[in-house]
Amino acid sequence: MRNESMRKAVTFVFMCVFGLIMIYPLIWLFSASFKSNEEIFGSLSLWPKEFLWNGYQNGWKGSGQYSFGLFFMNTFKLVLPTVFFTVVSSTLVGYGFARFQFPLKRLFFALMISTLMLPNAVVMIPRYILYKNLDWLNSYLPFIVPAALATNAFFVFMLVQFFRGLPRELDESAKMDGCNSFMILVRILLPLAKPALFSAGIFEFIWTWNDFFNSLIYITSVKKFTVSLALRMALDNSASIAWNQVLAMSVVAIVPCILVFFFSQKYFVEGIATTGIKG
Amino acid sequence: MQQALKRKRSRASYIGLVYISPWIIGFLLLQLYPFLASMYYSFTSFDLINTPKWIGLKNYVDMFTKDDMFYQTLKVTLIYALIAVPAKLAFALLVAVILNVKMRSVNFFRTVYYLPSILGGSVAVAVLWRFLFMKEGVINNVTAMLHLPAVDWLGNPKLSLFTISMLNVWQFGSSMVLFLAGLKQVPGELYEVGRVDGASKLRMFFSVTLPLITPILLFNLVMQIVNAFQEFTGAFVILPDGGPLKSTYLFGMKLYDEGFKFLKMGYASALSWVLFSIILIFTLLVFRSSSYWAHYEDGGDKH
Repeated sequence: MRNESMRKAVTFVFMCVFGLIMIYPLIWLFSASFKSNEEIFGSLSLWPKEFLWNGYQNGWKGSGQYSFGLFFMNTFKLVLPTVFFTVVSSTLVGYGFARFQFPLKRLFFALMISTLMLPNAVVMIPRYILYKNLDWLNSYLPFIVPAALATNAFFVFMLVQFFRGLPRELDESAKMDGCNSFMILVRILLPLAKPALFSAGIFEFIWTWNDFFNSLIYITSVKKFTVSLALRMALDNSASIAWNQVLAMSVVAIVPCILVFFFSQKYFVEGIATTGIKG
Repeated sequence: MQQALKRKRSRASYIGLVYISPWIIGFLLLQLYPFLASMYYSFTSFDLINTPKWIGLKNYVDMFTKDDMFYQTLKVTLIYALIAVPAKLAFALLVAVILNVKMRSVNFFRTVYYLPSILGGSVAVAVLWRFLFMKEGVINNVTAMLHLPAVDWLGNPKLSLFTISMLNVWQFGSSMVLFLAGLKQVPGELYEVGRVDGASKLRMFFSVTLPLITPILLFNLVMQIVNAFQEFTGAFVILPDGGPLKSTYLFGMKLYDEGFKFLKMGYASALSWVLFSIILIFTLLVFRSSSYWAHYEDGGDKH
């Protein structure tokens, strides 16, 4: 018994030390955003000598012409529809795969799973050309349309797994009461599927929020920049001058993700633990 | 009567297709078509302005015979994957094993360790990495405190790739959560048996724990390989020009440069097919070899 509590104590200490090392960079980022440029380097202290807000004030002004307020609005305009359509389309497709028999189902399912491993690199150039021909470049359609067409197999798979876990008797009894398949989905299954829908939405929110590569190739005018792009622009512009502005805006850029993460952690860990995958 | 029943059944069987129709359209238009089209483009010279011109294998021949940077980027990407993937999985597994105790605080630590994974590919984290590992950065302040010489983490071509890989390793949280879920499935009786037999902790890990979580290891390994070979954001934001002596010029960056900077869409498509082949070979090797090391409760499909 004593041995066991000893082991727990050692584990606890280890976890604390290791946890501190793990999040030290994030804490440092937060504290450095309040420091003066001179203090950012040359001081290990996590407590700024004096709290300076000008990193935030000046950083928020952005490129002069456009402020971070606009970049945030842009990011929301991109992320929210993408999340919404991802959840809707993945639900429909997941329901279709989980509850119905139809010709070629096995083949379709196998293809869907195999796209999980299809590298984005090999489809990105024709996709880019396609969007260019449709005149979708420099808009958020290259993000929203693929979401509406359930191209991310991860979410479809997640919902298939979830629907399979719900007893079919629910559907049967609803059918007896005269529900058609769509009513069964909306009235019976969706209320039960809330946790799965939440996890899908949260994952998609964070991935789209953090996306950089797609934004980089599809969005060209500063007026439509997302936070990621604006941040990189700030980094390029201030090669040696206003580091605390860049750091302050980095903090601002990750705050939404951290908030979402802390408020919804339950769904998070369950989401990855049940379906597996990614990061 | 019978006909009516049959009609009803066949209509029912098509309802499923209606539900999955968004995916079918998306698959054909945004996955299958681009997949085949990039194959076609890889045999052409295409600058987005003029129509694609068929040039046969020239892109591939040029890549292997004229483009020195191609071998460099291939080497860099392979080394990156060889550092990042094993280190990340080893870390994830180690921490998962340690966290697999019955304690209330475990959930809290799981959250803390998972946090960096959330911020994964974000530009903010890449910016942070650049600051931490600068010559005058925090990491060198720590080494100075320990009376170690300052290290040029990003400026030294021998170290820069390692520094970039560490950004990936730092995000071991999602793999860890998967391992943790797997560890919870290992029946406690097996450890009891081992304990009775007087097996050491290490021995039990290798002969009980590890074999039972190999399916999760397999899954993690494949996903991490696919991701590592395509890494872009971290390296691009930290060292936009490919680092000292192009030591961090990953394949993803080369693809971006050729395709979207120089608008050589044909050549970039050829590069993307080479990358795809490499990823495919690696994943196939992993899957093939897995019948020797991955263990399934139901016997799997070993022949």
